[in-house]
Amino acid sequence: MTTLEEANSAGTADTLPPVGLASQRQLVWRKFTEHRLAVVSGIVIALIYLVGIFCEFVAPRGPDYYDSAYTMLAPQSLKFWRAGEDGGLAFGMHVNGFSSERDPNTLRRVFTLDEDVVVPVSLFVKGESYRLWGLIPSDIHLIGPIDPSQPFYLLGSDRLGRDVLSRVVYGTRISTSIGLVGVAVSLVLGVILGGISGYFGGWIDNFIQRVIEFIMSVPTIPLWMGLAAAIPVTWSPVLVYLIITLIISLIGWTSLAREVRGRFMSWRNEPFVIAARLDGTSQMTIIGRHLVPGFVSHIIASVTLAIPAMIIAETSLSFLGIGLRPPAVSWGVLLQEAQNIRSLAEAPWLLAPGVLVIITVLALNFLGDGLRDAADPYT
Amino acid sequence: MNAALPLGTTATEPDLLMRAENVKVHFPIKRGVLKRTVGHVRAVDGISLDIRHGETLSIVGESGCGKTTLGQALVRVLEPTEGRILFAREGEAECDIAHLGETQLRPYRSQIRMIFQDPFASLNPRRRVIDIIGESLRNFGVTEEREVEAKVAELLHKVGLRPEYMERYPYAFSGGERQRIGIARALAVHPRLVVADECVSALDVSIQAQTLNLMQDLQEEFALTYVFISHDLGVVEYISDRVAVMYAGRVVELSDTEPLFARPRHPYTAALLASVPRPDPKGARQRKQMRLKGEVADPAHRPAGCAFHPRCPFATDRCRIDDPQLRPVDGHMVACHYAESLDLKGVHADAA
Repeated sequence: MTTLEEANSAGTADTLPPVGLASQRQLVWRKFTEHRLAVVSGIVIALIYLVGIFCEFVAPRGPDYYDSAYTMLAPQSLKFWRAGEDGGLAFGMHVNGFSSERDPNTLRRVFTLDEDVVVPVSLFVKGESYRLWGLIPSDIHLIGPIDPSQPFYLLGSDRLGRDVLSRVVYGTRISTSIGLVGVAVSLVLGVILGGISGYFGGWIDNFIQRVIEFIMSVPTIPLWMGLAAAIPVTWSPVLVYLIITLIISLIGWTSLAREVRGRFMSWRNEPFVIAARLDGTSQMTIIGRHLVPGFVSHIIASVTLAIPAMIIAETSLSFLGIGLRPPAVSWGVLLQEAQNIRSLAEAPWLLAPGVLVIITVLALNFLGDGLRDAADPYT
Repeated sequence: MNAALPLGTTATEPDLLMRAENVKVHFPIKRGVLKRTVGHVRAVDGISLDIRHGETLSIVGESGCGKTTLGQALVRVLEPTEGRILFAREGEAECDIAHLGETQLRPYRSQIRMIFQDPFASLNPRRRVIDIIGESLRNFGVTEEREVEAKVAELLHKVGLRPEYMERYPYAFSGGERQRIGIARALAVHPRLVVADECVSALDVSIQAQTLNLMQDLQEEFALTYVFISHDLGVVEYISDRVAVMYAGRVVELSDTEPLFARPRHPYTAALLASVPRPDPKGARQRKQMRLKGEVADPAHRPAGCAFHPRCPFATDRCRIDDPQLRPVDGHMVACHYAESLDLKGVHADAA
């Protein structure tokens, strides 16, 4: 009955089809969801940032936990079925443990994966106690061995017997947040300086543009090295982190400022802006209501594209040993471990943070591409 | 201000709505690192016009002759370099608005409105129709949302769109419909003068006719005065009471529509009229001799003497030296030394 009524009302001339009612935001979203790769990348990025936010919970161990008995172990694989008591297969997450032997020639202890040793593993397991964000005390981990003293190295261990997976998870927090904080700083600088430059024009525009050109022309690596070398060794990791972020965003704001300036300049004389002027709208209202909403989506897109550059900058600085320093854990710091040929040959799993950098940067780029395409839904 | 101007001199003066006196708009050309001014583009170079109450005054000319710049100066999007623009608000004395600042101009913004050329670029794609049309209403004292809604609905109805469309965004409309929205926006606050800058040239021919008829209906209903800027002489002939022909930043001929189309006095007007496509091939061949050669005069380097002389088939040595001033000839205002002696053909000449 209702369907019949609906069909009838749709047929009459008086009801308007819901055309042209979608707002800018809805159009952007619709266009974004058409870009499959960007949507998938968005989910990947969301997962990575979730891991970064809840890293204490996600990581099976603390970043500094080590067991000197298990150094340079290859990744264990997580298994779901094991032989039950009655001889059949029973469900039970576990990894295989190790048995150690001494090499008769070198007298080194050699660990071999022992299929018979079963380390039971569970989700939401009690483990090392920690404080989430340094505040909330807890000891529940997303995944871990039921007996915390048993070996559990899903991504292997490094030369000190630390869990690579846990360290990568902790590094995610610092590496991804440095991108966000850096972009936030450059966004503020870029929008303010770019806005002034584009809106007022004249000598101030000239001045800001020349400064931007100067900053862009300085080779980045030596500049970073110089600035980073000036950081006293005695400073705490937190302070170093903040300074490194500032150094990185010092470069990052320039391209954003140009983007904003270009938008302002090209839109300042658009007919619809002139029309608003003729409607008696004041300058500030024109900027706030007609200009800025138009390029918010563009700014979000270019910010998304700027984050990977920040992450790579942090990683390369730390990799070179002039960014964050070892008590802090970031992807770059972790990659320092993989600097020599021995670790590449014997322990390729130490490159895991590098893989994560690649995944994150690629996903952010795809996401940014999708956002940029969606930002202008009219074309 | 300049209220004490002697305006009441001829019989037509009580009808005067806006008077432009020697309006010039020059844009500096800057070169080099130091951005020194090396010259000026004289887009509008000394134009005096009277715009009468209730009339439609068309401004025609080729691209680059400065007609759009003149229109923008009249609505004060641009500030004229020189000259005065006298305009009286309803029930008030004339005032020179040529050099007023943005805040002083505000009360005039509701009286002098503009219809834009590009129906796509002139509507903010991010705002709903009600916000676009209602913007000036809200700025000029209509605060209650229901009142704005009612007013916008009425305006949409007037321009032939359904009031229900007000919640839509501009992308849902065709070019003609968008131009109707632009017209509704211009009329929202009861203006006295509407400057329509090429407002139908972006539309299909059938839509052009609709839009022009709509504008004429609205002119009657709201007692509007139009300044109609166009390069399309067919449209101009149809809609205007008077026509001003512009060349290189100046008016070369100003007259009532009919005499101007029947018997132009300026060779440039005649050349423009000859360029109107006519469906009669025999006549077209005859008019070939009037076809213009060369480029429109560069407003940065205005030719000496009459600016039209490099392209004029009747140019003499006098034209190369002596710059003709606008003077009355036979009811026309013409800037040509030989306005009386030239026998120029109008559009209907070959029909006879």
